[in-house]
Amino acid sequence: MLDAPLTETDAQASLRRSEADNPSSLVMRFGTDAPLTLDAGPAIAPWQIAYQTYGELNDDRSNAILICHALTGDQHVASTNPVTGKPGWWTLMVGPGKPIDTDRFFVICSNVLGGCLGTTGPASTNPDTGRPYGLDLPVVTIADMVRAQAMLVTGLGIDKLFAVVGGSMGGMQALQWAVSYPERVFSVVAIATSYRHSSQNIAFHEVGRQAVMADPDWCGGRYLEEGRNPKKGLAVARMAAHITYMSDRSLHQKFGRNLQDRDALAFGFDADFQIESYLRHQGMTFVDRFDANSYLYVTRATDYFDLAADHGGVLANVFKGTKTRFCVLSFTSDWLYPTSESRAVVHALNAAGAPVSFVEIESDRGHDSFLLDIPEQFRIVRGFLTGAARARGIAGPAEEAR
Amino acid sequence: MTDLADLTSDVRIDLKLIAGLIEPGSRVLDIGCGDGALLELLERTRGVDARGIEISQDGVNAAVSRGLSVIQGDADSDLVQYPDQSFDYVVLSHTIQATRNARRVLDEMLRIGRRVVVSLPNFGHLDVRFRLMFLGRMPVSKRLPYSWYDTPNIHFCTIRDFVELAKDVGAHVDQAIVLDGTGKRLPFSLPWIVWNLLGAQAVFLLSREDR
Repeated sequence: MLDAPLTETDAQASLRRSEADNPSSLVMRFGTDAPLTLDAGPAIAPWQIAYQTYGELNDDRSNAILICHALTGDQHVASTNPVTGKPGWWTLMVGPGKPIDTDRFFVICSNVLGGCLGTTGPASTNPDTGRPYGLDLPVVTIADMVRAQAMLVTGLGIDKLFAVVGGSMGGMQALQWAVSYPERVFSVVAIATSYRHSSQNIAFHEVGRQAVMADPDWCGGRYLEEGRNPKKGLAVARMAAHITYMSDRSLHQKFGRNLQDRDALAFGFDADFQIESYLRHQGMTFVDRFDANSYLYVTRATDYFDLAADHGGVLANVFKGTKTRFCVLSFTSDWLYPTSESRAVVHALNAAGAPVSFVEIESDRGHDSFLLDIPEQFRIVRGFLTGAARARGIAGPAEEAR
Repeated sequence: MTDLADLTSDVRIDLKLIAGLIEPGSRVLDIGCGDGALLELLERTRGVDARGIEISQDGVNAAVSRGLSVIQGDADSDLVQYPDQSFDYVVLSHTIQATRNARRVLDEMLRIGRRVVVSLPNFGHLDVRFRLMFLGRMPVSKRLPYSWYDTPNIHFCTIRDFVELAKDVGAHVDQAIVLDGTGKRLPFSLPWIVWNLLGAQAVFLLSREDR
């Protein structure tokens, strides 16, 4: 069913391969003297982290904001993605005059550990073998991703971040920052996220992983060496995941039962419906830019995420004594990370006496709302960062353009 | 005669009075903080560590956009999450009449805060009595346009009613300020019965020797 359009240009494939080791963004390389320790046990070295920066660091290095990207995002938050040629994924939030104002803040965004755009991940070359890691890379966690980011931030000469901001898996990293390095984070903005993956969250991810691994082109994870790519499996994984990013209502408003390029049902298994065609397109464009093994690693990292687990299962204990200021946002129609999970975080922060702002934003566009043009979201983040900047004694974002 | 609604919506006097009761630099939780006007006043003029709870989406959005630490929540259900004595002051400004279980809310406030500030419109005010007695209608005005059947203010009380409730939950009235219809303070020397008749709104500072 997904056959024809799945042919990938060789240029695109080789571009993706080269970005894994030699990204066209900035990259910080760590040698055997600076191994990255992992929750799974072993440390990896040498390793590298790819990142982008925007704006300028002030003299006392107090205006840095780290942005953490979601599951399949990348470091190009406000710059063109070298593989897709598309603009940055959060230009509504980040840029000159935006809530995360690059005229005022020094903004850092790095590719996550386990990713495929220049930070060490399964598509990177394993220094021990000279071949791609594949599944030889230890499974990574959200805390590992954050540990890697902390080494980057230290390497940039920054002791304390003004803010860590992220949505979805990025929000998990932002919360993890406040737990792993409480003294290094002045404020946290966690959007459309949770403190742990639910059984349903894990279930959807497992469907995706099984789809990838069931593709014969996956080759037990060694497809890069075999010159193959489990595109069908990865496309199906993306299709299933994409449904969870939208609400029933937004899907129905957008597509209804509308037919695709035809006037009547075809009585076959082609894409009769617009929603089918749309999902296939989402799956097909995804495989051009993303590595299948990376997908296994990043979904696993979120599945393993459970902030309370290390604190006797009591979330309130996680944030005990924190001085960080928090802003937690959820969306009414987000059923992937519903408001109740954000509320649990807020309750825990209240119990810990932390300064916290929380808003549930009206939106019928599901989990993806955090990436979309929802003005309320930007107004709130701008307001929160303005208040936090005042407390930190630095310049806040520009006032909202009228 | 100034009617009750005009007085109860006279927020400025109310907020200034409350701000005057708060020690600078303390920790304050404002329950039903609206758009955060009091919190901002306290943060700016008293240097307090200010937090708020507000039930309306518009209120929370406005407050957070002002840079305040405010969460969307419900006084009736969300106070249990706060630890004992975690604030120096817990404030309930013109909100007690909108709670479902006013007694429990007050009890929770006294648990969470070392001191509690409550301001309320006095339903025992002369004007209200006048309307009930001679017009036979619940008071409604332009500035507080709620009819009895759609008002969020489900538990109006008088100054004396509130003092009784405070006693009932074991609270001590450390200070009481009563304003007349023009916003002027009524003298201390007046007996409760006069306050209850002429007071349009009241601000109480309470505390409780906690168990």
